[in-house]
Amino acid sequence: MILKRKDLLGLEELAAEEILGILDVAEQFRNIFDRPVRKVPIMRGRTVVNLFFEPSTRTRISFELAEKRLSADIVNFSASTSSLKKGETLRDTAENIEAMKVDMIIMRHGSPGSAAYLARVLKSSVINAGDGAHEHPTQGLLDMMTMRQRLGNLAGRNVTIIGDIAHSRVARSNIWGLTKLGAQVTVCGPPTMMPPDVRRLGVRVEYDLRRAVDGADVLNILRVQLERQARSVFPSNREYHRMFGVTEEVVRLLKPECFIMHPGPMNRDVEISSEVADGPRQVILEQVTNGVAVRMAIIYLLSGGDPGSLRGETD
Amino acid sequence: MGFVEKAVIMDGEEMQRAIMRIAHEIIEANKGTQNLVVLGIQRRGVPLARQLAEAIERVESARLPIGSLDITFYRDDLSTLGPAPRVGHTEVPFDVTDRNVILVDDVLYTGRTVRAALDEIMDWGRPRAIRLAVLIDRGHRELPIRPDFVGKNVPTSQREVIKVKVQEIDGVQEVVVGEVQQA
Amino acid sequence: MDWNWRSIPAEYVIANVRVCRGGKLAKRRGFLHVKKGKVETVGVGEPTAEGFPTLDAGGWVCAPGLVDLHAHFREPGQEEKETIATGSRAAAAGGFTAVVTMPNTQPAIDNAGLVRYVIDRGLEAGLCRVFPTGAISTGRTGETLCEYGEMVAAGAVGFTDDGSPVAHGGLMRNALEYASMLGVPIVSHAEDRTLAGAGVMHEGYWATRLGLEGIPRAAEDACTYRDIELARATGAHLHVAHVSTRGSVELIRRAKAEGVRVTAEATPHHLTLDHSLCRSWSTMFKMNPPLREPDDVAAVAQALAEGVIDCVSTDHAPHTATEKELQFDQAPFGVVGLETALAVGITHLVREGRLDLGVLVQRMSERPAEIFHLPCGRLEEGNDADFMLFDPDEIWSVDPAALQSKSKNTAFAGQTLTGRVKATFLRGRLTWRDADGSLEK
Repeated sequence: MILKRKDLLGLEELAAEEILGILDVAEQFRNIFDRPVRKVPIMRGRTVVNLFFEPSTRTRISFELAEKRLSADIVNFSASTSSLKKGETLRDTAENIEAMKVDMIIMRHGSPGSAAYLARVLKSSVINAGDGAHEHPTQGLLDMMTMRQRLGNLAGRNVTIIGDIAHSRVARSNIWGLTKLGAQVTVCGPPTMMPPDVRRLGVRVEYDLRRAVDGADVLNILRVQLERQARSVFPSNREYHRMFGVTEEVVRLLKPECFIMHPGPMNRDVEISSEVADGPRQVILEQVTNGVAVRMAIIYLLSGGDPGSLRGETD
Repeated sequence: MGFVEKAVIMDGEEMQRAIMRIAHEIIEANKGTQNLVVLGIQRRGVPLARQLAEAIERVESARLPIGSLDITFYRDDLSTLGPAPRVGHTEVPFDVTDRNVILVDDVLYTGRTVRAALDEIMDWGRPRAIRLAVLIDRGHRELPIRPDFVGKNVPTSQREVIKVKVQEIDGVQEVVVGEVQQA
Repeated sequence: MDWNWRSIPAEYVIANVRVCRGGKLAKRRGFLHVKKGKVETVGVGEPTAEGFPTLDAGGWVCAPGLVDLHAHFREPGQEEKETIATGSRAAAAGGFTAVVTMPNTQPAIDNAGLVRYVIDRGLEAGLCRVFPTGAISTGRTGETLCEYGEMVAAGAVGFTDDGSPVAHGGLMRNALEYASMLGVPIVSHAEDRTLAGAGVMHEGYWATRLGLEGIPRAAEDACTYRDIELARATGAHLHVAHVSTRGSVELIRRAKAEGVRVTAEATPHHLTLDHSLCRSWSTMFKMNPPLREPDDVAAVAQALAEGVIDCVSTDHAPHTATEKELQFDQAPFGVVGLETALAVGITHLVREGRLDLGVLVQRMSERPAEIFHLPCGRLEEGNDADFMLFDPDEIWSVDPAALQSKSKNTAFAGQTLTGRVKATFLRGRLTWRDADGSLEK
């Protein structure tokens, strides 16, 4: 078994071998996408609930496709249709859903620790699809899958993450996962977007974008939350673009093989210029494809899946 | 738990003879090699499929397309947790539609693996026919599945285990019968 | 005559105790003679009085009833969390005989009528002295001063907008000046809300790891600094509530050395727990100010030992299970503390050699009563017999369900603590007895 656990709450809790095991299985699922029938029957009869308390088109569609390609039954439950507005606690809602006999809950919630909370009170498996600024483990895994496809072993590779590190769950999951696999992570952004004591997570901090990208094998550019400008975290989109935006000029400083990732959706001409967003270095659509494969792998493995146990000796 | 060998029931030479006999039977049944493709089930069905294709090639001088199936995602026992994982591959480098598919596995037992393999093949296309070739049929079927070509019928008890060893994986060609002993 | 817990007479003797007062634990066994609710004698050796029912306390410590300068009894308005009656019972179970209550009720205690209401409810419960503080500003809105004169006449012992800071420096200055005329302190909940922002825990490594918004030390220190300077300028008595940072400790130390009339308190949780506990996501570690870093905890404890921080206050803040069941960023701040305060101090400060038991008791009784000019807190002949008995060596485990408080939100759940309150007496009457866990009046 690759995953001896009920839930996937974050990459912080995974060992390097578990991460690599998940990525290996994800590659097998990735292969299925090239077949005439892009679907396997392994999750037939299992019910998965997508519980989204924050709007998220991309992640929800990615999970939904992953579930469908595993032949699971799916229920979507989003905040707008939920009873949480009537003062029901998360626990009440979750216990109600579990009472309807579901096997797995995928949850996106604005509060850090929500997934951990749900996992503690429920018997069903819980997959964290993003809990506030805490973690977004499937995004971290799909990012690493994309990097590994291009770079092979990630040990010793230089990954630079640019943006609002303080408020980014993507940054945290990337940092945990990449450092476990031995990559050197550099985080870059203005000090107002840098959380305190971030170096203790094992990363290098750089406030100068040009120095941050020097020697990088990958740039992972985070989406800027434009509403933070109102809270004076940064002065203007214009200035952010000038100081931290990845433009053609920045790309010229990169190693020739360095490629560019973005979790989407992009703010063009804020954190990334349109030319770079559409340029040859970006692998954004590969990330999207890998996202479905990684989510299939996680759902499959948490459901008790184990590639290989039937082969050979048992039959 | 350890596997204790009780007896060698086929040596390399006997295996080779059985494969050659199956090759002849397939050519006979198919009236030649036209439209034939070979699919091995991971793991030991794959090298056996290759050996079978080579045997057919020696008889008919025709090179058959070969593929492999990893039936993991088509299993019906998701919640049964097994030992450490091994990564296999499904590789079907040809269109199976309207072909005569020879499905190859080492041991036929409950029939569940073959059921999964049939489902997987159907997802790749619509073959004209699928025939099943196994080196060993040990009985104890749980599904209405029967082989078309058999190397050897070996009546067993359910406590017993049959191990087919192939050169590519095990460094030796033989079939042994044994028992799993509780530690 | 035999001692009977169920019927305690007007005159009795507690024998075989170690008396703890004036910052010292007596080395020799002694006795306490109570007559008509007053302390008749505090003596050394065998009791001299004869013919009265006598309890052989088997070497327990006999100390002044504890005094808490900072508790939220939630009444009126949030009786689902706590009432003055249930809060008083929790106080008695914790060895307290006097509690200063906070005015952030609904409505806020911002007029003399409400001050009298709280006092009356306290008298009705009859388990501890209840001393209300009033709000600094009407409705705790930080805008206009309440009628301090009338409220002090009604029994208010100080003023505070605790729960929220006073954002407006000018109002804080006026509050200090006006209260100084009446001889009562202004209690500062030192927090710059513009710096605390949406923070829910200490800003530092663990907030970074957990992705939770942080409250920087500077939010507390900046406000502590402002209030000390206002106290210096006005000559008024400033009491700094729940000090949690090493920076605020230093500001208070310097101010005291310079003669500013400032006193300060620290809570049992800020004296012993740090922010790493939040990693469990348990909202039992969510309080305001937040649990800080180990060097803050050490600095606060050191300051308590030195007297820079005058006293231990519980900041007893009951919340219902449903509220605390919310996720970390949504649950309310605060934990209960009355029933664990003494044992937490004994376990983590006294037994670790950082504070003498006598000093701990003094910082939880005599000193707080003194700085708020409360008519209690001293175990002396002629005073009301407010006292408590505790076993400094008894080991027990904190079971939230066993708490007397209406709310069970303790940060010490499951902890094994040393030191247990065995009985509490208010004006000579038993308000708590541990033997069978039941309350007997």
